[in-house]
Amino acid sequence: MSTASTPLPRWINYGLIPILNLLTAFLISGFVVWLIGESPLGALQLLIEGALGSGEGIGFTLYYATSFIFTGLSVAVAIHAGLFNIGSEGQAYLGGLGCALVALALDKFVPWYVTMPVAIIGAGLFGAAWAFIPAWLQAKRGSHIVITTIMFNYIGAALMVYLLVHVLIVPGKMAPETRTFLEGGQLPKLGWIMDMFGAKLGAAPFNVSFIIALVAAYFVWLLIWRTKLGFEMRTLGVSPSAAAYAGIPYARIVIIAMLLSGALAGMMALNPVMGSSARLQVEFVGGAGFVGIAVSLMGRNHPVGIVLSAILFGILYQGGDWISFEMPNITREMILVIQGLVILFAGALEYMYRPAMVRLYQQFKRA
Amino acid sequence: MEYYDIFISVLSSTIRLSIPLIFTALAGLFSERAGVFDIGLEGKMLGSAFAAACVAYLTDSAWAGLCAGIVCSVALSFVHGFASITNRGNQIISGVAINFFVAGITIVLGQAWFGQGGRTPQLAGDARFTPITLPGADAVREVPILGPLYANVISGNNILTYLAFLAVPLSWWILYRTRFGLRLRAVGENPGAVDTAGISVSWLRYRAVICAGILCGFSGTYLAIAQSAAFIKDMSAGKGYIALAALVFAKWKPVPVMFACLLFGFLDALGNFMQGKPIPGIGEVPVQIFQALPYILTCVLLAGFIGKAIPPKAGGAPYVKER
Amino acid sequence: MTDTPAIELVGIDKKFGAVHANKDINLTVAKGSIHGIIGENGAGKSTLMSIIYGFYHADQGEIRVNGQAVTIKDSQTAIATGIGMVHQHFMLVDNFTVLENIMLGAEGGALLARGVASARAELKRLEKEYGLEVNPDALIEQLPVGLQQRVEILKAMYRGAEILILDEPTGVLTPAEADHLFRILKVLRDQGKTVILITHKLREIMAITDTVSVMRRGEMVATRKTAETTVEELAELMVGRRVLLRVQKGEANPGKVILSVRNLTVKDDRGVVMVDNVSFDVRAGEIVGVAGVAGNGQSELLEAIAGIRKPHSGEILLDGQPIDKADPARLRELGLAHIPEDRHHMGLVLKFEEYENSVLGYHRKPEYSKGPLLDLEAIRKDAMEKIEKYDIRPPNPRLKTANFSGGNQQKIVVAREIERDPTALIIGQPTRGVDIGAIEFIHRRIIEMRDAGKAILLVSVELDEIRALSDRILVMFAGHVVGEKTPDAGEQTLGLMMAGIAA
Repeated sequence: MSTASTPLPRWINYGLIPILNLLTAFLISGFVVWLIGESPLGALQLLIEGALGSGEGIGFTLYYATSFIFTGLSVAVAIHAGLFNIGSEGQAYLGGLGCALVALALDKFVPWYVTMPVAIIGAGLFGAAWAFIPAWLQAKRGSHIVITTIMFNYIGAALMVYLLVHVLIVPGKMAPETRTFLEGGQLPKLGWIMDMFGAKLGAAPFNVSFIIALVAAYFVWLLIWRTKLGFEMRTLGVSPSAAAYAGIPYARIVIIAMLLSGALAGMMALNPVMGSSARLQVEFVGGAGFVGIAVSLMGRNHPVGIVLSAILFGILYQGGDWISFEMPNITREMILVIQGLVILFAGALEYMYRPAMVRLYQQFKRA
Repeated sequence: MEYYDIFISVLSSTIRLSIPLIFTALAGLFSERAGVFDIGLEGKMLGSAFAAACVAYLTDSAWAGLCAGIVCSVALSFVHGFASITNRGNQIISGVAINFFVAGITIVLGQAWFGQGGRTPQLAGDARFTPITLPGADAVREVPILGPLYANVISGNNILTYLAFLAVPLSWWILYRTRFGLRLRAVGENPGAVDTAGISVSWLRYRAVICAGILCGFSGTYLAIAQSAAFIKDMSAGKGYIALAALVFAKWKPVPVMFACLLFGFLDALGNFMQGKPIPGIGEVPVQIFQALPYILTCVLLAGFIGKAIPPKAGGAPYVKER
Repeated sequence: MTDTPAIELVGIDKKFGAVHANKDINLTVAKGSIHGIIGENGAGKSTLMSIIYGFYHADQGEIRVNGQAVTIKDSQTAIATGIGMVHQHFMLVDNFTVLENIMLGAEGGALLARGVASARAELKRLEKEYGLEVNPDALIEQLPVGLQQRVEILKAMYRGAEILILDEPTGVLTPAEADHLFRILKVLRDQGKTVILITHKLREIMAITDTVSVMRRGEMVATRKTAETTVEELAELMVGRRVLLRVQKGEANPGKVILSVRNLTVKDDRGVVMVDNVSFDVRAGEIVGVAGVAGNGQSELLEAIAGIRKPHSGEILLDGQPIDKADPARLRELGLAHIPEDRHHMGLVLKFEEYENSVLGYHRKPEYSKGPLLDLEAIRKDAMEKIEKYDIRPPNPRLKTANFSGGNQQKIVVAREIERDPTALIIGQPTRGVDIGAIEFIHRRIIEMRDAGKAILLVSVELDEIRALSDRILVMFAGHVVGEKTPDAGEQTLGLMMAGIAA
């Protein structure tokens, strides 16, 4: 009898199997650590220490998590409409342009809390704009959105480098970046939250965009499960034929979903650009767009899961940084290894354990 | 004749830069024609580059390096196959995962084993594929027009370059003149037809993916030990995606793939050449335009503005027997 | 002297869960004959053929080929045993040539070159012997459907099929192509091949078969020599005497014309004409039933009226307004409700909770919204009301729809569409996969709608459902409305019309 059609209880599907997938990813990562002559348990200890053992560590963890929340939400919104947006990386890059332009325009004149909403809009607008053409191509010409968004990542990177080197660069300076934003264009750090818990934030750039990210997570939840538009997106994503039956317009929903997805990715830029470095630099996205894919998959495309997964990946990033200080043999790139494995086991191989689980469960029930 | 020298120089640059694209695009061709979408080409290139560089260093033999590169790439293909064919997982996710994994593990292992910040040690002598001077090249160099063409463009390439150009007709022959190629093309269009003819869809797709692995192995090896003399972090630099773009641009056919790769290689070479040189009337063209051009062209093609790019019908979806 | 039958089925039995698809089937097919198998949808013909071809394994029973018992474990074994199948949905690679398609799987060597020459020679031979003419270098996608089918036949012959099974072969053919096919089948028979022809079209049975077996509800009910039977007898055997589900209903009082279909032509995704110049009206307060075997254009007709499929030509009018260009959302606004044939893929989103499905298609209505948000309280309350009124079990609007039984799922759809109080209601297969109790319930609701003055178009492959509910019956065959009858028309009459023999 085919195991594919046997229903499993919720706690196995949403609890046990994802945990097994995660454990497998970690086990293999541990094996790699062992392979290069270091202690996996030691590395694990350092990881937790570095990520959660100090106020500064937690600060960095949450700083990274902020970016991942945005990109995770971006991927999730598109997935609910049945679209695979691989372009969050490029959309975030362009979002940086949006918020930088706002910051550069307003930072002399108004305080940060006036700049902030405008910057959010700017970042979102530019991110959405960068998602528009691939969206339109998929909706109207049937061009595969995966390929076009990957292409746009590269086109975006080329565009941004050009702008930073030739247009936005500070005259006389060498580094391809804008001038530093004044206080009116920066997002303040959340040191006071740390103080509340008796910890010190130190150098960690944990900033207000974390709050914005949480608010965005709430609004994404509201959109997907509480609005008419969200209902239509979900219907289209699960059953295009039912969507056609229900009179849900394919092209319009595809484009709107991608615009929203692009906007969320664009907002990611607020974190590093306005909350950390206070200027627009080359490559500030640093792969967060792709991490968003992992975060969304692990978080089952639900905002709560995404926030938790984002924090997990934040722990990995900060912990990984820490490990690379203490164990120079394990470089920062170990994160990519773990990330790849997580995406593999939580994504492509997510049902690998299912047949075995079904057999165990059936045996357990009979006993 | 200065212009002709420039032409020769750009032409030989073009060839040099298109070789990894040709190998990788042909790899993608085998995989996608069988219905397995492969975003992981980038990861396979990088992984095989690393493996080739390591083994070439340890054994002081370029050919051993090539073998290692192929083995590594095929192993990664197996993972992709296991995920997308056997487990019917999402092919995009699998490819993205492999790219990340390889990007990370090459640096981690490189640093742990060689301690040079992620790169592998410099290779010399037999550990590299060195340029081969064809007979008579030195003699004809001074001959006007044809001389430099023969001496600097056709001669003086390493063996992998010649193999790349050989791989094109060989791929064409396999796809269109063998039983394996017929079945491979069929399974990417209508796996049901293959299944009802009594052929295993799974095994056929695995073999296609292995072919892709072998070709990517050549590609990565070329990068590390022919074009360069070591593995350097991120040395594939997105070439895997450009190869994908070339594949789409060439509408999934072997000979057009070669031309598409040469075109993209030319854009790369031209971009390098044009840096700092103004065009009369326009001024200096930013190198980023050349960098972005392959991707823009692919999007234009996908939009259906330069003819229709129809991918293999069964591409990207796992095969489930319909009963 | 009895010749060994080409193929013999003894006691073949097959269940799919609760569905008993084949009940103790016995079948003897003589060598060198054309044997027809006729029956309605769900009779079990396709399952039986799939067992012969190795797609399924019978739970019980034996298959004997040329007197020898064989175990057919997959299609390769079937091919090796000399059984070839021409599927209803062709298994061809569209951008390959005819030659490449035929060689696929039987290339004759690792290098094609060697096989190509012998394949061409063999094709020439098949062409001469059986009249199977086709250009080996033509691309499949450029060939008309009739020639594509010929390629399928050639595929089977090329592999040495002695027994050829054709599953509803003329569904996609023009009459001229169908005639040509029959000529070929006769040649095959005269050359000693055995042909099994599955069809629901009586004309074909009478035209070319030597023997005919009738299947009904999973059983083999009769076998006759074609020359010794009549269409009337076969029609009756096919449709059968059943206990009619009689619903209490009074006389209809049809009012003005609500739904009007004029010269409607609809093509399917392949470009084949499925609805051919059809015209009819549905008045307020009447139920017009469309009878017919599935695949004769009823689905496309419903899809066109429902706005899901753009018609090729013709008009559809709702209350005088042209709606052939309207989309489903607009149609709902205009008062047209649609209970689709396929509740799993169209009528419901099985992954959603029940209350979400109870507003599918109507989710933008003001009574369900609070601005851009869904008014979940109102929706759930409404869903609960419908659950109570329609006795949907379990009465839990938060339960995932996939967990409801077929009958209850259908009630969710019916409740949703009927409670909108539409002007016109189009319904497809309302009681497919539904238990008796729910069937009665749904039928009563449909009659109520009719009595309330709604115009109802009912499409069903279940003849007794059509006869129980309709005030007028239209029979569709091959895209045409071949006749109109009142519900007291005999089963035989209707069966004949459904099978393509005009009354």
